[in-house]
Amino acid sequence: MKRADSILTWYGELTTRQQLLKRGSLLLTPGMLWLMLFLVLPSLVLVVVSVVTRGAYGQLEWVFTLENYKRLAGFTLFGWTPDYLMILWRSVVVAFFTTLVSVILSYPLCFFIAGRPEHSRYLWLTLVIIPFWTNMVIRAYAWFLILSPELPFARLAAIFGFIPDGAPLYPNAFAVYLGMVSMFLPFVTLPLYASVERLDWSLVEAAQDLYASRFRTFTQAILPQTMPGLSVGIILTFVPAMGMFVVPDLLGGAKYMLVGNLIQQQFGTSRDWPFGAAISMGLMVLTMIGLQIYRRKGKEIEVI
Amino acid sequence: MRRQHPLVVAISYLTMAFLYMPLVGVAIFSVNAARRGMVWKGFTLKWYLKLFENEWILEAAWNTLLLAVISTIIATILGTILAIAMDRFPWRSRTSNFLDIILHIPVIIPDIILAASLVVAFGLLRLASSIFEPGLLNMIIGHITFQIAFVALVVRSRLVAIGREVEEAARDLFATNWYLLRKVMLPLLMPGIIAGAMLAFTLSLDDFVISFFTAGPDSQTLPLFIFAAVRRGVTPQIHALSTLIMLVTVVLVVLTERFTRRQEKIV
Repeated sequence: MKRADSILTWYGELTTRQQLLKRGSLLLTPGMLWLMLFLVLPSLVLVVVSVVTRGAYGQLEWVFTLENYKRLAGFTLFGWTPDYLMILWRSVVVAFFTTLVSVILSYPLCFFIAGRPEHSRYLWLTLVIIPFWTNMVIRAYAWFLILSPELPFARLAAIFGFIPDGAPLYPNAFAVYLGMVSMFLPFVTLPLYASVERLDWSLVEAAQDLYASRFRTFTQAILPQTMPGLSVGIILTFVPAMGMFVVPDLLGGAKYMLVGNLIQQQFGTSRDWPFGAAISMGLMVLTMIGLQIYRRKGKEIEVI
Repeated sequence: MRRQHPLVVAISYLTMAFLYMPLVGVAIFSVNAARRGMVWKGFTLKWYLKLFENEWILEAAWNTLLLAVISTIIATILGTILAIAMDRFPWRSRTSNFLDIILHIPVIIPDIILAASLVVAFGLLRLASSIFEPGLLNMIIGHITFQIAFVALVVRSRLVAIGREVEEAARDLFATNWYLLRKVMLPLLMPGIIAGAMLAFTLSLDDFVISFFTAGPDSQTLPLFIFAAVRRGVTPQIHALSTLIMLVTVVLVVLTERFTRRQEKIV
């Protein structure tokens, strides 16, 4: 019965499957062609470039090698030095803690907003959305300003002896975390809020009636209900946080480099595209592992 | 209204303070008369006036706008057609899964990887033609590439929301393909298309990474300008510029919120 050219009614249109697909392919072509040309093909080229050799002047020499990956893994002429692996690992750690802190701060904030009367609820939500859309260079720069030596934060830190007198509160890990958390917090809060708003409070009350501890009330009644929003928030934070390079560049400096800076360096000053491509592949693998671990927990990922 | 634990309230206020303190700091120092240092020397608006005399900044502002407008228009058209193509035809599930994955790539992968792959691709294309020198064209192409995905996803969710009844009714009344698209689909889709375009526009204005990797010497945008300026040392002009951009962001956010909320009421 399923012959390709059999006549069918497709939402009021008398047509054949073939004809429909022909028209569909025609409409599909411009957008998909664009994505193929400028998204899929360049990604494949990046894979290829990661296994070729860098010429003396930064040009590509089409000699295939695994040297770039060996270098990434830390094997040099002088033995094994895991500097690059350390940077990759640090990026994962920073992304993890950024996500964790953002989640911990977002839960109270979401419940707080959901509990406001309707009019001020929109005001509070807008207040979260504004930083979400403010340019990240400006937000990183704002921290750069706030942590400068003349202002109270750096002074306070100097009094306690964390930094020398008259020094700014950057570049260091603390500044990177401040910047990262403030950068990504709204990315968790907004999707999480969508779930918190729809929360069925009778389940929470039932848990309380059954003498569940606060912790169990959270894990058994609140967490499962807010899981959809939470998963979106975690993905939206963890993945871009691993590749972030503005914040570590402005607030972390050379001592606290993340993989984003390393990639940028290869495509900028070092002009070592093959190595840059290999590091990008490393980051890509980390991203995929992150997404997989997440998916394994059986949650549908809906990013938008 | 539920009674809230004081700790929840306290954490919320502190979190908001944490988000806004740096931004407010920038705004305060943008009206500070002191040329150097972080000492308060009285109120002034001269740094704002100076912005409009600074040719570099005006050019960067023009580039930012040009880039956002051109890429948004193209991405909105391509993304809308793509969404219709993906949603309204009887694709096999394997085909539509494949299309779905491609569409989600720009949303999922870190933007620095997209930027790196564009650098390499443009580098190779340069061997064929010099129009792929780093510059505005490359930036426009880069922006469209990630914008298409976001537009298509937003428009597609609208397509799902409007359903197919009206479309079917139009067909029963002998509407042609073209008439159907013009008089039925597009008007119904318009809120989704506008929402997608606004999202694409803001994403373009916000983008730093893609622009940073594909820009040439003559195609500085405002975020690139600010980033470069921070390394030369912060100046009151940069505070003023950042504050202006923040104000524009606030206006855009409020307008978008109003628009989407009005749409929700209609639907």
